[in-house]
Amino acid sequence: MDDPKTVWAALASPRYLISSWPWRVYGYLLSSVPAGALALGVLIGAAGIGALLSPIFIGIIMMMAFPLIGAGIGWFERWRAGLMLVDGIKSPHAKLPLGLTFRERYKFRRREQASMRALGYSVVYAVFVWPFSALFGGLGVAVLLITLATPFLAETDDVVMWSWKINSISEGLLFTVLFGPLFFAVSSYLLGVIAGAEVELAKAMLGPRQNELQRNLAEIRRSRLDLVDAFETERARIERHLHDGVQQRLVGLTMTLGLAELDLPEGEGRRLVVKAHSEAEAALADLRAAVRGIHPRVLVDHGIEAAVREVADRMPLPVVLSLSVPRLPPPIEAAAYFVVSEALSNVAKHAQATTCEVTGWIDRDQLVINVRDDGIGGATLGGGTGLTGLVTRLDALGGTLDVDSPPGGPTRLRMECPCRLGD
Amino acid sequence: MPTRRLSIVLAEDSLLLREGLASILDRAGHDVRDTVGDADTLLAVVRKEPPDLVITDVRMPPGHSDEGLRAAAAIRDELPAIGILVLSQYVADAYLSSLLETTTGGIGYLLKDRVGHVTEFLESLDRVADGGTVVDPEVVRQLLARRRNDGPLAALTPRELEVLALMAEGRVNASIAEQLVVSEAAVRKHVGNIFAKLDLDDGRDRRVSAVLTYLRG
Repeated sequence: MDDPKTVWAALASPRYLISSWPWRVYGYLLSSVPAGALALGVLIGAAGIGALLSPIFIGIIMMMAFPLIGAGIGWFERWRAGLMLVDGIKSPHAKLPLGLTFRERYKFRRREQASMRALGYSVVYAVFVWPFSALFGGLGVAVLLITLATPFLAETDDVVMWSWKINSISEGLLFTVLFGPLFFAVSSYLLGVIAGAEVELAKAMLGPRQNELQRNLAEIRRSRLDLVDAFETERARIERHLHDGVQQRLVGLTMTLGLAELDLPEGEGRRLVVKAHSEAEAALADLRAAVRGIHPRVLVDHGIEAAVREVADRMPLPVVLSLSVPRLPPPIEAAAYFVVSEALSNVAKHAQATTCEVTGWIDRDQLVINVRDDGIGGATLGGGTGLTGLVTRLDALGGTLDVDSPPGGPTRLRMECPCRLGD
Repeated sequence: MPTRRLSIVLAEDSLLLREGLASILDRAGHDVRDTVGDADTLLAVVRKEPPDLVITDVRMPPGHSDEGLRAAAAIRDELPAIGILVLSQYVADAYLSSLLETTTGGIGYLLKDRVGHVTEFLESLDRVADGGTVVDPEVVRQLLARRRNDGPLAALTPRELEVLALMAEGRVNASIAEQLVVSEAAVRKHVGNIFAKLDLDDGRDRRVSAVLTYLRG
């Protein structure tokens, strides 16, 4: 059974009383008392200072700082709400843009609607909510404590409960055992409802609104796109470096060795040069393969279709290609290429397939690519294949990757990706 | 050693390779008339005074994509008599296809590593200058790997395809016979069958036409 995520779900559960929830409720209500008192003090103090200094410039600044005080209290209250809401309350505040001065950051936060809401909550909380918490929380705790303490109280004095006069330890113990659980149950349920109502208020006022949620999502999307972009740029840089530097030098070396072969007479020296030459060529071939894996030039020059054709040509089994895809933004082309290339190499390695088919087309604004084989199936995305990283990459572009591979096959891999960036 | 002294324009942006190539060509007795580092200069130099042969890199400034190929296509267009040898760092046949679209021979596409095999490289050079077609064995292998189920090549037997692949590398019958360990007469017979099956018109060098048909797939 899943643990309840909110106090309402917990109250509905038959195991409420033996779970940690009643203690969370007491914790929330009791911590509300010092926190609320402190918030009230801060607000009154700030208002007082503001009023005193208002003729002077600094008083106005003080007044303007109120939303920030609200945001601060809001931050603390979101943290405290973690007691009652397992998932907590997400921050409604926007991420600060980079490179702002302290003043600009101050202004940014102050003008946010979320800060004003937090201030509103702070006032309601400081004035109305926490005394309520104190009253009920205090009452509940007092009754429980007295019930628990009855045996000790009865020793020194008579305790009168309705018509029952308790005046010995054993009677006190009896009372505790009889009524302790009952009082605990009553106060736990009652206070649970009150604490639940309070935390709902906090959530409503301190949580993000719909548009703020969407904005946060857009922010995440953008920062992931930036990452993919940076990744792509770096790949291109490495490819360029290898191609213009290392590869050229190796080619130069093979040329020199080739010339040396011509000049040297038959013998051990020449044999060694010939050996060095073939080793340099092997290194070049390795390097070419590595560069292709990093960022195939043909993808940049001729697009996805030509690049996939190259991959298909190196496959040990026949691959039927039918791609009709125009040139797309580089990150999308790269993601699609690496998906197909990884999928095909998985087919070659694991599928025991005899044929494989790659189809791709544009469906409205969506690039769709299917890779199908007639192999043994049983492929999964999480199964340690290189596809897992590509899922993250596609995700950043707003795309998806599905694998349908029942045991016994066939395996079908479907990639979809929006063709335009930044929408 | 080369059959004749060729005047050559060399286009390669890497100083290291340019020097290396030039020294190989020099030693073989060819006349390296100009060495240039970008496609525009290449076109200007060739237009001014056409050489026998142009050797060009695929990737050159300013864009570092396929400027060399485009320059080659332009030269082929304006001055079809000039032999063109393209040197590439990649096996990719996407580059080759665009080169073959308009051509009827006098063309070569080699990986840069091949230059190190100096004697073979110089032979390829001669063949291209004579209007032949030379394609890097590595690229041919990749083309061969592609399964063709239609087109004119479907009629050929695997052995005939093999012979054709070796022809594409620029080999003569004797060399093909040696490679396949058969008699030269057998190779001649295969070549004859290939010509017949591909139904090549006799207007031009059938060997070149067959190779081009093969490469265009």
